[in-house]
Amino acid sequence: MDMNQYLEIFIDESKEHLQEMNQILLELENKPDNLKLLDAIFRIAHTIKGMAGTMGYSKITNLTHKMESLMHEVRTGNVKISEKIVDVLFECFDALEEYVENLIANGEEGALDTEDLVNKLAAFISNGGDVEIEKTVSKSTVDTEEKNDGEHKFSIEFDEITRNVINKAIESDVNIFKIDVILDENCMLKAARSFIVFNKLENLGEVISSKPDVELIEDEKFDLNFEILYFTKLDQLTLHNELINISEIREVVIEEIDEKLEVEKLDDTNDIVETKDKKIEKKSNKSKEKGKKKHAKKASKTVRVDIERLDNLMNLVSELIIIKTRLEDGGNRHSEGRTSEMHETIEYLERITTSLHDAVMKVRMVPVERTFNRFPRMVRDLSKDLGKGINLVMSGEDTEVDRTVIDEIGDPLIHLIRNSIDHGIEDKATRIARGKDENGTVALRAYPDGNTVVIEVEDDGNGIDSEAIKNIAIERKFLTESEVVQLSEKEVINLLFNAGFSTAKEVTDLSGRGVGLDVVKSKIESLNGTVEVDTVLGKGSKFIIRLPLTLAIIQALMITLKEEIYAIPLNNIKEISTINSEEISMIQDQEVVLYRGKTLPLIRLGSILNTKKYEKNIGDMLVVVVKKGDEEAGIIVDELIGQQEIVIKSLGKYLKGINIIAGATILGNGGVALIVDSNQLF
Amino acid sequence: MEDLREYVVFKIDNEYYGINIKFVENIEKAQSITRVPFAQSYLEGVINLRGNIIPVVNLRERFMMESKDITKDTRIIIINFSGYNIGLVVDSSSEVVQFDEENIEKAPKIGNLAKNDFIKEVGKENERIVMLIDIKKVLDIVELESK
Repeated sequence: MDMNQYLEIFIDESKEHLQEMNQILLELENKPDNLKLLDAIFRIAHTIKGMAGTMGYSKITNLTHKMESLMHEVRTGNVKISEKIVDVLFECFDALEEYVENLIANGEEGALDTEDLVNKLAAFISNGGDVEIEKTVSKSTVDTEEKNDGEHKFSIEFDEITRNVINKAIESDVNIFKIDVILDENCMLKAARSFIVFNKLENLGEVISSKPDVELIEDEKFDLNFEILYFTKLDQLTLHNELINISEIREVVIEEIDEKLEVEKLDDTNDIVETKDKKIEKKSNKSKEKGKKKHAKKASKTVRVDIERLDNLMNLVSELIIIKTRLEDGGNRHSEGRTSEMHETIEYLERITTSLHDAVMKVRMVPVERTFNRFPRMVRDLSKDLGKGINLVMSGEDTEVDRTVIDEIGDPLIHLIRNSIDHGIEDKATRIARGKDENGTVALRAYPDGNTVVIEVEDDGNGIDSEAIKNIAIERKFLTESEVVQLSEKEVINLLFNAGFSTAKEVTDLSGRGVGLDVVKSKIESLNGTVEVDTVLGKGSKFIIRLPLTLAIIQALMITLKEEIYAIPLNNIKEISTINSEEISMIQDQEVVLYRGKTLPLIRLGSILNTKKYEKNIGDMLVVVVKKGDEEAGIIVDELIGQQEIVIKSLGKYLKGINIIAGATILGNGGVALIVDSNQLF
Repeated sequence: MEDLREYVVFKIDNEYYGINIKFVENIEKAQSITRVPFAQSYLEGVINLRGNIIPVVNLRERFMMESKDITKDTRIIIINFSGYNIGLVVDSSSEVVQFDEENIEKAPKIGNLAKNDFIKEVGKENERIVMLIDIKKVLDIVELESK
């Protein structure tokens, strides 16, 4: 049988399960005695085993099988959990992750050999008997437990969905009944008879589920009675009369379900559900577990969409926006009579395109959680390797960013976190000597800020030594001594982002190999973002990454330089002003003006872009003040056209790497305008 | 049939040039071209082709010939060469010609013209000579990839 069509599902689900396992393992490390966590690992291993077995992935199956067995022994108390076991479980997790990666890459498990791990796990199981603490659980209970677990995995979905539906129904005041239908013993065609029952019920309301399943009933695979979970607006009595009138039915028992009775009633309908429900009840006592359950519900509501389809949708929206702009153009040109009507129509169209755009954008948004999730594990490993105690504090994991950003942002963040731990946080002795907490803290925060998303990596370590940077800059001949003296503190620190700059005195395995912050910077900039550092020597440093919320459609200011039209992204613009050329003074060949008490460097865009027929503006000049971090500059332009929503199009690979131009956009008249990346003008 | 090769023939001044039809996507009338700063001098700019941004190369500039204003005959030949979608501005273009292998010869080196590099072969058809251009060279794609 061809399993390929299920491969994607397998990969997606395994990824989800592995992510959960990762979190649980991290938690388990702190709370090794928590039975819930052990249960959860057992369950995940079991689920993956089941899926992998179906797909014929024997290595994954073997490994998860052993994990499952070990967890089982731990749960029953035959094996005592220890740090070693947790470590091995982490190794297993890594191996599983690699298998899944291999599956993604080439559809096969790959050559990774986990014989060792399997043996380790087996060793724990057999040795564990020696360190047994309590052996109160007999073999038989063990068996049933395992069986239950196997089954409840199967019924989870059913259970959750049903519960959801019931909760919804109660809110919308529909009556919920559990109907027990018992057929006459002499009934000849049980399936047909029950079909009539179902048919009738479906005309009067909604059948949610039945026991046994509808398919089984249709195949006559039931005794004389079957149970139905049913929603209707009818009351109990009418319903009873409707059903009992069908011939060959001996008895109809109807019970109403409201929320309080829900769990108990469900117990009656389904013994498998019973065990599960009790578990859920137990779980809900713990707020944390409850949170997790909610999460699972949320996950079940997502739809996986191929990014290409979304891109296609996005392109269509773009086209729509272009048409809108075109209409606007036309509308302005047309004569009086129809203008107001036209304007109204255009405004309406604008509302639609804007909300459509927002909607599509939202579909593309994913919480940064996806990227953040791998960091606790990484920090754990790093702190173990380096013998530094590190607390990782994360916040704002639910902040959403564009899907493309999620995929790209991981590596830069890993880099920054590694930097913080390796270079930032001091070793324990130093920390104690400095009167700091023995354990360092790395904070990872994400939050939306206007049209951007901010991600911060902050540590309470050593901070960045600007003197050290100056020395290195001189040593490596980036700058001369006299140049260095002129730099502000901030400019010195920004030297870190230059290629080939690493301040680590010792080169460690992790970082300090000379490739570093410059890579981070170029990656972030390729996403149209910015990165900045705040640092206080001895106190710590903070890297601030700013990313645009949306990538494909932005607000821009359209300007002209002679006959050429350019777009400047609005989020880079601080304000627009007029300056007279007589106010300009020169500082080191750079034109500046005193503007709001600060010197503002001026950029003659026409000259930089070599515009045809360029001539130096004089007299009153239009200046677009753009910002990059704390810096500002004034761009001198000829004319302003106005603010417009533009669709960013790439210039393609033939024109890759053109300076200052970030892309192109299509104008209402079908022409092309280039987008100026003002960040590159600084 | 294998020894038949099809070429889209275009004209610059009074000379005929050919481009292998397998690289040609379509032929467009001239439209407004947006200049791209910092690009090579022969890069005329970019155009909007049904929602896509296509770079356009001016073959006159590339062949170091005198520039000429756009006329009603000016065409932009849109090619797709190993994933690059690029337009070529030519004086006019209207036909597709089939050449037998035996009518294709190695291009003679004439003088020291810039275009010698770009033309590897010529095709002969009824006393007309068509210079067959080497797109990879013309677009300088080798250099791009090594960057």
